Amino acid sequence: MKLTIGAICGPAGSKANRTGSWRSYRPILDPEVCTDCGICAIFCPDSCVFPEGENYRIDYTYCKGCGICAEECPSGAIEMIVEEK
Amino acid sequence: MPAKKMREREPELLAPGHRACPGCGTAVAVRLILKATGKDVILVSPTGCLETFASRYMESPWEVPWMHPLFENAAAVASGIEAALRFKGSQTKVVVIGGDGGTYDIGMGGLSGMFERGQDILYICYDNEAYMNTGVQRSAATPLMASTTTSPHGRKSWGEDRPKKDMPAIAAAHGVPYVATASLAYPQDLMNKVRKALSIKGSKYLQIDCPCNIGWGFPENKTIEIARLAFQAGLVPLFEMENGVLTQVRTIKDRKPVEEYLKAQARFRHLFQKEGGAEQIAKIQALADSNARRYGLDG
Amino acid sequence: MKPSEVREGQRAVMEGSWAVAQAVALCRPGVISAYPITPQTHIVEDLAQMVADGDLAAEYLRVDSEFSAASAVYGAVATGVRAYTASSSQGLLLMTEVLYNMAGTRLPVVIGAANRTLSAPISIQPDQQDTISLRDSGLIQLYVEDSQEAHDAHIQAFRIAEDPEILLPVMVCMDGWLITHTFEPVELASQEAVDSFLPPFKPPYSLDPTCPFTFGSFTDDDKLMEFRYMVHQAQQKGKEKIEQVARAFEKTFGRYYGGLIDTYCAEDAEVLLLAMGTVVGTIKDAIDLMRAEGRKVGLIKIRAYRPFPAERIREATKGAKAVAVLDNNISLGAYGAVASDVALCLSNQISAPAILPCIVGLGGREITIDSIRSIVERAEQMGKGRIAPAESFWVDLHPELL
Repeated sequence: MKLTIGAICGPAGSKANRTGSWRSYRPILDPEVCTDCGICAIFCPDSCVFPEGENYRIDYTYCKGCGICAEECPSGAIEMIVEEK
Repeated sequence: MPAKKMREREPELLAPGHRACPGCGTAVAVRLILKATGKDVILVSPTGCLETFASRYMESPWEVPWMHPLFENAAAVASGIEAALRFKGSQTKVVVIGGDGGTYDIGMGGLSGMFERGQDILYICYDNEAYMNTGVQRSAATPLMASTTTSPHGRKSWGEDRPKKDMPAIAAAHGVPYVATASLAYPQDLMNKVRKALSIKGSKYLQIDCPCNIGWGFPENKTIEIARLAFQAGLVPLFEMENGVLTQVRTIKDRKPVEEYLKAQARFRHLFQKEGGAEQIAKIQALADSNARRYGLDG
Repeated sequence: MKPSEVREGQRAVMEGSWAVAQAVALCRPGVISAYPITPQTHIVEDLAQMVADGDLAAEYLRVDSEFSAASAVYGAVATGVRAYTASSSQGLLLMTEVLYNMAGTRLPVVIGAANRTLSAPISIQPDQQDTISLRDSGLIQLYVEDSQEAHDAHIQAFRIAEDPEILLPVMVCMDGWLITHTFEPVELASQEAVDSFLPPFKPPYSLDPTCPFTFGSFTDDDKLMEFRYMVHQAQQKGKEKIEQVARAFEKTFGRYYGGLIDTYCAEDAEVLLLAMGTVVGTIKDAIDLMRAEGRKVGLIKIRAYRPFPAERIREATKGAKAVAVLDNNISLGAYGAVASDVALCLSNQISAPAILPCIVGLGGREITIDSIRSIVERAEQMGKGRIAPAESFWVDLHPELL
């Protein structure tokens, strides 16, 4: 890979960095309990929660397992479980 | 706003894979800011946490043009960008997103110059109340009694011995048309303030309280909760000032005593463990009470 | 000379600063940013008047410090708009951090430097200590000998800086007062000729929402050395570009002041004087007198100090017995900067001339014909005896003050 001048680089190259490997806990969303409020998607620091159909899914490639989504979910639809490998 | 409408309207302009700590408040703030600015924006950030977690060579998460120049000159560089856009007749917005260190301290001169020239730039300070990127050293934004690595509590110290510098008042004193404060706990309010600021011509200042779990010492899932407690204790007043006049204040129903907020963070825990701590906590309570009087927080 | 009276394409006696301001305006900058410091002030004032009169369609930022001035033009160029700033002395030092940043980010800004000595003690008199202190930063430095060259070099500077193979900031160094505030005949370039000589600025990367890039990313030990090497290589490429642009300028405008170097009576010289800046004019006069006396003296004028024209200096010094390097600066505790560079480039040769390092003209100490004579005499002695001095020759020092 040849260097670009001035250390200038293109957009969204961070997608190559799979921060999901940082996790110790993973969030599991229960679609039955989810009320589609969207708060988890608003507060995720890593842009990992996406609308899907009637509720939301989590992108485990990048999710760092911080647990903000579970903490802020008003209906308790997200549970943090220990990441097993 | 209903969730379904939100997902259609607001694009995601900060890609995942950046190196922010898990639970980083600043990362949440930046995502919200970008949802409000949209794509037609040029961003500048000084050296700091945001710059470091969001600009590893070839691993940039930015989906809009973004520049990191140096530590002290984000406002001056943004001034040059704004002048260049004016020369080109472009309507693209210029927004600085800088930390408290680069804003309150080393960037003050250039920021004052930018405000004084009235350049059409929105300056957003993500305030995590210390030089977090370099290891939690004290800045002018560090609140009274907080323990940092350069203002540590010790046998002869209660931690930071100066109150937080009033950056919003300093901005307003320059005669800029819009100054506001925001919190992660109120994301819609944050986004609305960004949109409103961008609709006003001239220099604008927006300060966002961004709790840092590593630097402040709380569990990484509590970032939004800590922001909420800070507001509810009256330590982070949320307001708008237009042309120097207070025009909007978010009032607090049943303002909480500061203890609940302070106790939840390791950086204040010494106040509960050392003899004489209660007197020190009373000083912080007095600051909250003063905010309440000054801004009319108690609703 | 009232600014409004002399226009593009005309030849007249004018203040050096006015000639420089005219050159900058002819290059159509979009953003000018300036903070005042003596003796740069007339340049930025003249530009301000042009903008105020609608003669120059540029955005003029009246900034709060030189740090901000350099930062503003850095931002403007990154947005794809040609930009200019100027400073001197303390102001240039305050810009230092930004200048390194410009070079590393490959932003082609042109900076006018009205050379003035550095505090402490504070003095507004000229020497080249200020720009010499910036020589490691990656920017290209041209040192000019008079007002005409200051005018011409600015036009060339934009073209060199913006060349896609270069993309580095270029600093045009002019002795403060001696050029900026002195009235000399200058022929101003015409707008038409400048437009044909200098194409519109088209950088490969810019801050543009339709094609977003990230500027100022951080890197690790596996890449930093290579990024530095790339700037060093661009500087090496600058050697041929500076000469090409000087010749192209000659073709369009009919004037040539040298490429990387220029020489005067150097071909058969036994003693060579090596210098940069306005002292070159005095040296030429001294050479004329000494040649008439039968002494084989010559001049090498360094025009481009960075990139350092090592090859040209080696060629031009072949056959000389002694080279006196006149440094209008000093690296305190060591030698003058130019002498240090010359010494390395002439070392490891079978028959290299003796080198006499001289410190001249600090803080505006006048350099006269007699000063040059004293240097030549000492160099002649050295050339015969081949004794290298341990210390530099501080020319016209006043020992009664010490």
